[in-house]
Formats: sequence, structure tokens, C-alpha cells
Amino acid sequence: MKKSSKLFEGFVHGIFLVLGLVTIACVLIITVYLVASGIPGIVEIGLTDFLFGDEWASTAAEPKYGILPFILTSIYGTLGAIIIGVPIGVLTAVYLAKIAPSSVKNVMGQMVSILAGIPSVVYGLVGMMVLVPGLRKLFDIPDGASLLAAIIVLAVMILPSIIKMSVTALEAVPQEYEDASLALGATAEETYFRVSLPAAKSGVAASVVLGVGRAIGEAMAVMMVAGNAPNMPDSLFQSVRFLTTAVASEMSYSSGLQRQALFSIALVLFVFIMLINALLNFFLKGEKKE
Amino acid sequence: MNSIITAQDLCLWYGQSQALKNINIQIPERSITALIGPSGCGKSTFLKTLNRMNDLINGVRITGTVEYNGTDIFSQDVNQLRKEVGMVFQKPNPFPMSIYDNVAYGPRTHGIRNKAQLDEIVERSLRDAAIWDEVKDRLKKNALGLSGGQQQRLCIARALAVQPKVLLMDEPTSALDPISTLKIEELATNLKETYTIVIVTHNMQQALRISDRTAFFLLGELVEYGDTEQIFSQPADKRTEDYVTGRFG
Ligand SMILES: Nc1ncnc2c1ncn2[C@@H]1O[C@H](COP(=O)(O)OP(=O)(O)O)[C@@H](O)[C@H]1O
Ligand SMILES: [Mg+2]
Repeated sequence: MKKSSKLFEGFVHGIFLVLGLVTIACVLIITVYLVASGIPGIVEIGLTDFLFGDEWASTAAEPKYGILPFILTSIYGTLGAIIIGVPIGVLTAVYLAKIAPSSVKNVMGQMVSILAGIPSVVYGLVGMMVLVPGLRKLFDIPDGASLLAAIIVLAVMILPSIIKMSVTALEAVPQEYEDASLALGATAEETYFRVSLPAAKSGVAASVVLGVGRAIGEAMAVMMVAGNAPNMPDSLFQSVRFLTTAVASEMSYSSGLQRQALFSIALVLFVFIMLINALLNFFLKGEKKE
Repeated sequence: MNSIITAQDLCLWYGQSQALKNINIQIPERSITALIGPSGCGKSTFLKTLNRMNDLINGVRITGTVEYNGTDIFSQDVNQLRKEVGMVFQKPNPFPMSIYDNVAYGPRTHGIRNKAQLDEIVERSLRDAAIWDEVKDRLKKNALGLSGGQQQRLCIARALAVQPKVLLMDEPTSALDPISTLKIEELATNLKETYTIVIVTHNMQQALRISDRTAFFLLGELVEYGDTEQIFSQPADKRTEDYVTGRFG
């Protein structure tokens, strides 16, 4: 009896180990594959020409493979989304975690969950049908599909994760801190902004990093609203192409060096995501230490 | 002596259950008043009524009056009241910030921005709380790195920094070791020169050592209130006698 239960335990243990290994194997395979297929293109084009070349003309008679426009577009687009999305998200989180009556909190919490679950193609569709024409009329420009449209869509897309993680972090702030502040004569609002938020800062920072990760990796929605022309992003109204959409939009008909260059772009994107993950771990560790 | 806090027919309910029953008490200025009694008899509730921290709890209903300096506390600005009637909690609760920022929090909240002035307030408060020498070289360090006893004195310094008149202390030494406890008791005795202190304690010896007046609570009632020596040597009520001689509670 004892022996067989031990055997069974070992068996279960083994299954879990295998399942864990599958995940690790996926990460390893993707990493190795991306590096292996991304390097040749970079070698052929030349690292500086590739990363800092400001023209992408993959189908020209004399093709050019500079991805600086895509890199800058991805960075600007993400920054823009953060600049709009973070204040809205964090303020909403403060409201939900500290101020809202529980009925409002429940309803809004549900809404945020729904927002998180909407597929990105739907965001793209609504952006295309509503936002793009709206911007065209509002700013009187020939085409509303632009960096600005992508920024707005991305800002909305990152809201749910920022709100949810920040609410969790704010709710975890011990009541004693807030009591201490109130007992000193601070108002409730002063307490939320000067005690609760600072005490929740690593969780809030992690939520922002998570938002950055989502924004930089998003392809479908931005493809539909950004215009997708490989321009340098010199203006908010420019039609632009992101790193993600650069890969997605040419992959189906590419060949030769063009195809290799697309893999190289994917590798660059992968490196970005890795850096963001490292940053996220850094913040989450900081939270544990405190 | 003038009384700084006066409660008349004070009753308090948490929902349906009554936690305070017709409390009548006058607390004299610049003295230490100890609140004693078994657990759950309403000492903390009474203390939290004095700076209106009970306002934050849903379903609390209060009747009767409480006057601070002759004015009804329920009709005055709550933040101003809490500035004058400070509080030290049972569990030390410094903010997760630097020692300096902890003490400067109150003054900053009340509009003091000038660095030199803040420096001066921080130093004076830490000195008054008898912790300056221990922390003066590490003011920028996180307050959570201090020992429990130091954290509690820091919390006292933080409360003193807004220059209150009254200091409410809810079992401030119950989480501390004997030496830290002694330091806080000494501190309280010194502070009564300037401040009025109302302290909840489970420790009879502590009440006897530091307080001028003692109030004995039982099941939400104020059974007896008088000079500490008298309460402990010749209590008028049988229940008080049983309690202070350790026969129950
Ligand atoms: N927030 C609250 N909600 C409901 N009942 C409470 C609350 N706080 C205290 N009580 C009740 O009020 C009574 C007095 O509690 P308390 O003032 O904390 O007593 P003490 O400090 O003397 O131990 C107890 O019966 C307690 O259960
Ligand atoms: Mg208590």
C-alpha cells in the first residue's frame, strides 16, 4: 500500500515535470529559431544599415531594408499610449480601489474585464470605422489612419491591465497606513495620493510595464488604423508601420532576402519584449522586498 | 485643572449592537488619563470617537455630545480636529517611506513646504519622542528598518509633528518588549507637560505608574472614573475592585 502510493506520487510528479518542460521547450525552440533565422538577414544587410537605415523599400528594383521607421514608430506609439493610458488607468484604479461604492465598483470591474477580453481585431475594426474618420474630420487631414489613431487604440487596449493590476496593488496597501494619514488630519484624497499610491508603487509600475509589453506586441489593431505605410514617424498624422505590422504585412508574399529581413525584424521585436520582461521582473522583485 | 475633553451621555452603536452606553467623562488638560477594562468593553471605540476615526466605519451611530475645548467635535472640521487630537495606534504603523518623510508627512499635508522649517520640525519632533539620537544619522533610510519600539516612537514623533494638543494612544506598548515599553512610558510622562494624553492599557501596572486619572470600562459602560491612586487603592465600585485586584478580566 505504502509502496504503491509512493509509486503513484512519483508518477504524478513525473507528469507535472514533463508538462513544465513542454513550456520551457517552447520558449527555447522559439528563441533558437528566431535567432537562427533572424541573424542571416542582419549579417547580409549589415547591422547598422538594418537598424538605423531610414528607408524600407523591400520590393524596389534596388531594395532597401532600413527598419528605423518601424523601431521609432513602435517606440513612439507605445510611449504615446502610455502617456494617455497610464494617467487614466491609474486614476481609475484609485477610484475603483478606494472611492467607488461597491455597486459602482462591481459594474466597472466587469466592464474592465470585458474590455480586456475584446479581440484586438474588434478594436481595429471600431478604430477603423469610428476613430479614423473622426480624426480626419477633426483635424481636417486627408487620411485619419495615422500614428495618432494607433496611439489612441493602443491606449484603450492597455487600460484593462493597468487598471486591474493597479487596483490589486492599491487594495493590498494595509489599512493602517491610511488610518495613520487620516489621523494626522489629511483628507481622504490626500491619503490616497500621498500614502496609498506610493505604497503601491511597485505594483503600479509593473502594471505600466505590462502595458508597454502589450502595446509593443500588438499587431492586428494597429495594422488597421495606422495606415501601414513605411514612413518615418515625423508627425502624429503620418501614416506609419509598426515592427509587428512590418512582419505581418509582407510575410505572405515575401522571398529571399526580404523574407530573411522580416525574420530579423521579428528578432528585434523579440529582444524588445525580453527587455520589458526583465524590467517587469525587476519591479515585481522590488515589491517582494518591501 | 481645565478639562479639555468632555463627553456627555455618549452612546455608540455598531449597527444593532451598542458599544458605548451613556459615557460621561471630563478629561483634564496636561495630564495622563488611562482607560482600563477587559477586552471588548469599548475602550478603543471611545478613544476613536474622540478624533472621529469611527466616522470611517459603516453603520456607526452616535448620540450624546463630545466637546473638545468647548466646541462640539461633530460640528467642526474633522481634519482640523484630527490635527489637534493626534493618535498613536496599537501596532506601530510608520509609512513605508524614509524616517524624515514620515515625520514631515503631517506638516507637509498642512501646507509647510519650506525645507529649513521642515528640518526644524522633524528634529524637534524626533527629540520630543526620544528617538533623535538613534536615527539622526539615518533620516533618509526607510522607517520599516527600525525595531518595533523605535517604530512606535517614530509614530509618536509623527503625531507630535503636527503640534496636537491631545495625544490618543491605544495600547501603544502591547506589541513591544519591556525596555521599549519603559521608554514609551517615560516619554508619555514627559509629554504631559505639554500635551494631554489619553492612553488605553491592558497593563494595570502601567496605568498605576504613569496615569493621573483612570477610567474603568466594562461592557460599554464607564463604571468608575477618578484619581488613579484612589481607583487602585479604594475603588468605590465592587466591579472596579475585582478588576484592579485581578479577580477578573
Ligand atoms: N468596526 C466594528 N464593527 C462592529 N463592532 C465593533 C467594531 N469595532 C469594535 N466592535 C465591537 O465593539 C465592542 C467594543 O470594542 P472595542 O472598543 O474594540 O473594545 P476594547 O478596545 O475595549 O477591547 C466589541 O464588542 C467589539 O466587538
Ligand atoms: Mg482595543
